[in-house]
Amino acid sequence: MLKDPYNIIITGVGGQGNVMAARIVGNMLALQGFYVTIGETFGASQRGGSVMSHLRVSKKTVWSPQMPKGKADLIVALEPIESLRVLAQYGNSETAVISNTRPVYPVGVICGDLKYPTMDELNASLLQLCSKIYFIDATEKAIQLGNPILSNVIMIGAAAGLNVVPMEESDFEKIMSVSLPPEKMKINMEGFKLGKSMTSS
Amino acid sequence: MSILDYKDGSVNLLMGNEAIARGAVEAGVRVAAGYPGTPSSEIIENLAAVAGKAGLYVEWSVNEKVSLEVAAAGSFAGLRSMCVMKQNGVNVASDFLLHLGLSGTRAGMVLVPCDDPGAISSVNEGESRHFARLLELPLIEPGNFQEAIDMIKWAFELSEKIRNVVVVRSVTRLSHASGNVKVGTLPKNNDTPVFKYDGNLLDALNGPVITAPVPFKHRQQQEKLKAVAEIFETSEFNTYTGPENPELLIITSSACSLYSLEAVNVLELDKRVGVLKLGTTYPLPEKLVKKHVASAKKILFVEEVQPFLEDLTKIAAAAWEDVGVKKYHGKYDASIPTVNELNPDIVIAALTKILGIDYRPVPEDYEKKGTILSFTGAPNREVTFCPGCPHRASFWSIHNVLTLQGKGGFVCGDIGCYTIGILGAGFNTLKTTHSMGSGLGIASGFGKLRGLGMKQDAVAVCGDSTFFHSIIPALVNAVHVKSDMMLIVFDNKGTAMTGFQPHPGTETDAMGAKVNALNIESICRAIGADVHVSDPFDITGTQDKLFDLIENGKGPRVLIMQQSCALSPEKKGKNKYVMNVDESLCRGENCGCDRFCTKIFRCPGLVWNRDKSVSMIDSVICTGCGVCKNICPAGAIKSEEVKAC
Ligand code: SF4
Ligand code: SF4
Repeated sequence: MLKDPYNIIITGVGGQGNVMAARIVGNMLALQGFYVTIGETFGASQRGGSVMSHLRVSKKTVWSPQMPKGKADLIVALEPIESLRVLAQYGNSETAVISNTRPVYPVGVICGDLKYPTMDELNASLLQLCSKIYFIDATEKAIQLGNPILSNVIMIGAAAGLNVVPMEESDFEKIMSVSLPPEKMKINMEGFKLGKSMTSS
Repeated sequence: MSILDYKDGSVNLLMGNEAIARGAVEAGVRVAAGYPGTPSSEIIENLAAVAGKAGLYVEWSVNEKVSLEVAAAGSFAGLRSMCVMKQNGVNVASDFLLHLGLSGTRAGMVLVPCDDPGAISSVNEGESRHFARLLELPLIEPGNFQEAIDMIKWAFELSEKIRNVVVVRSVTRLSHASGNVKVGTLPKNNDTPVFKYDGNLLDALNGPVITAPVPFKHRQQQEKLKAVAEIFETSEFNTYTGPENPELLIITSSACSLYSLEAVNVLELDKRVGVLKLGTTYPLPEKLVKKHVASAKKILFVEEVQPFLEDLTKIAAAAWEDVGVKKYHGKYDASIPTVNELNPDIVIAALTKILGIDYRPVPEDYEKKGTILSFTGAPNREVTFCPGCPHRASFWSIHNVLTLQGKGGFVCGDIGCYTIGILGAGFNTLKTTHSMGSGLGIASGFGKLRGLGMKQDAVAVCGDSTFFHSIIPALVNAVHVKSDMMLIVFDNKGTAMTGFQPHPGTETDAMGAKVNALNIESICRAIGADVHVSDPFDITGTQDKLFDLIENGKGPRVLIMQQSCALSPEKKGKNKYVMNVDESLCRGENCGCDRFCTKIFRCPGLVWNRDKSVSMIDSVICTGCGVCKNICPAGAIKSEEVKAC
C-alpha cells in the first residue's frame, strides 16, 4: 500500500447502495488483515440526498470514521457529480477518481432550476483538482449484464483494477457468497471482472 | 449472516450497532426492547434476528417509555435486560427512568441511547449524557468499535454490582460506522424468570420494587454512584496517549477521541499533546483526571454539543488546590463549537489556534478552486421523497386543496419521512415540526383558537408508527375539547424511515411472531372522531374527500391515507406499472402546463429531456407507482400494468 492510512471515499446518492458497496470493499480489505474503519452517513440517505462512506485502511490502527479534509487518496463515485463535490472537500491534487457516468438528477435539475453538467464539463472541472480520472459506464454495462444494480459491483471491480490497495478477486468472491445465493454469484463475478478490466492497464 | 455466526475469538468488520448487539448476547442478555430511531435501530434488529436461537425476548415497543418498562420487567425477574433508543427517546422515557434509578434494578440492566450530534437524521441535537447526571446514573461511552462490544459486557456486570441501570451512550459515528472487532464467546443461559416480592420494603433483591421511602432510596442511589466513581478511577476504558508532561492535554470521550487522535497525528503533535480518553464519564473519575490535568499546562476539552466533561472537570478542579493554575479551552472560549457534530478538522482548527501552528490541508488556491467548481459544477441535491413514495401524492393533494380553499390553511407535523414536507418535495406544505406526535397537539390548540377569531384551518399529519407512539393522547384531547381541526394519518404500513420495524398496527412483531394488529380507524372512531379513509394514489378521490372535510367538516376529523411505502418489502423491486411519456402529447415548456410534472410534482423518476423538450421516464429510477399519470393535464404520461408471471 502506498500510504498508511489509505483513504477511500465511496460516494453517491441515497438509494444507490453506497453503504453496501463500502461494506464489501471494507470486508475485502479486512480479510487482508487491515484495520478498516468505515464511516457513513445514512438516515436521510434513502431519500435522494448526497451520501458518502469514508474508508480508512491501515496496517497500524483504527482511524476516525470521518476523514480530515484534503486526505482522500481514492474517490469512487457511483454518481458523476458527487465525485466533484467530494473531491473539492476531501481531495488533493494527487487524488484518483473513478466515476460512473450515469447521472441521478437532483430535484433542482429535474425542475429546471439547476443545470447538470455534461461529462466533458465535469471532466474539465475534475481535471483542475486532480490528475487521474476514470469514467466508467457502470450503469449502462450493468443494464447490459441484466440488472442496473450490478453497477456497484462494476465500480468495485474498477477500484480493484487500480491496484492501489489489495482488493483480490478471491476475497470479493468470499464476501459476496456470504450474502448471495449461488445462482447470483456468476453474474456478480462477471461484473467485478468487467470493472477491473476497465481500469487495469 | 447474524451476530451469532461470528466464530468465538474471530476478528470481523462490525458496525458499531452490531458490536453492541453481539456484546449484549455475549453478556447473556435475555430481554431487549426499544423504539426505532436512527442511529439506534440496528441494535434491536440484530437482536430480534437471533431471538429464537439465543433464547431472547425482543420487542419493538409502542414508545421509548414503555420499552424501558418492558426491559425493567426482565431485570426485576432476574434476567439481564437492555433498552435501546435514540437521543430524544430518552426524554420520552425519562419519567420512568427517574423512578427506576430510585427503585434500583436486579439482574443487570443497560440503557443504550444513541445520540445524533449534528442531527444527521434527527430534528434535534438532544443529548443523553446530561440525563445520566440529572437522574444520577452511571454513564460509560465506547470510544471505538472494540470498546462497543467490550463495554456493553462490562456494563451488565457493573449494573449488577450496584443494582442499578447503567447508561452506555453511543453516537451516530460509532453506531453507524464499522471497524474491526474481536468477538468473545457466547454463553449458555436459560434461567427461569421469577419476580420475588416477599421480602421487606427495604430488601433490594426480594422485596417490592418501589421508590419509597424516597430519602432512603435516594441516599442509597447516591451511595451507589460514589462506589461507581471509585471503580471508574481504575477502569481500563480510560486511556492516555501522549508524552508524560504534555504541553496541552485533550480530555475527550466517544467518537471525539478518534477525531482528537487523528488531529494530533495530522499535525504531528504526538510529542507535545496528550489525549486522555475517558470511557467512564459520569461520575467523573476525579483522581485520574486530576493526575493528568496536573501534568499539563493547557487543557482542551473535545466533546460534542454542550459542555459536559468540561463542566464536571471544572467543578472538581475548584477543589484541587495543589494543581496550580491551568488554562482551560473548550466550549467557554469557543475553541470547540457548542452545536453540530465534530470532526478531525474542527479539532485541528482548535489545536492550531491554541498552539499557534500554521496548517493547511491543501494549498489555498486549491481550496478556492474546489469551492467554486463544486458550487458551479455540482448542482445541489435537495432531499426528496423516494420515487413512488405515497407522501408525495398525499402532500400534493393536501397542498392543492389548501391552495384552492385560499384561507391560509396549513399543516402541523412531526418526525418521519414526511418531515421533508417542509421542503419543495412536499410542496412546502408543512409549517411546524417538533417531537413525535406534536403536530396533533399543536393543531388541537390551533383548533380552539377559532373561538378567539382564528380563520385558518389547521391540519395535523402523522405516520402510522407515530400514531401509536404519541398521537392517541392528543386525539383524546382534541375530541374531548371539541377542537376544530383535522388529523391526517399517513398509513404506509410500517416504520418506513428507520427500515420497516413493526408497530402495534402490524401483524408480526420484531421476532416475526404473529401478534394483534390494532386498527387505526377503529381506535379513532372509538375515541369519537369523525373518521374517513382514502388512497393517496387516487388523487381525485382523495382531493374531493379532503376538500369536503376541510371546507364543511366541524370538530375533530380524521382522514387515514392508506398506501404502503415505496420501499416496503411488498413493493420493493415490484413495479406495478411500466410508465412512458407519449412525446406527441407532452406539451413541454411551450404551452399550457409549463412542465407541470417535472417543475412542480418533481418525482425523481420523471426527468426533463432537454434535447427533445419533453418529459421522459427514467426507467432505472421510476418505481412504477402510476401516480404521475393522473397529474399530467395533457394525458401524456401513460401506464401499462405489469403482468405477474
Ligand atoms: S422510505 Fe417510504 S415513506 Fe420514506 S420517503 Fe421513501 S417511500 Fe416515502
Ligand atoms: S410512475 Fe411516475 S410518480 Fe410513480 S415513480 Fe414513476 S415517475 Fe414517479
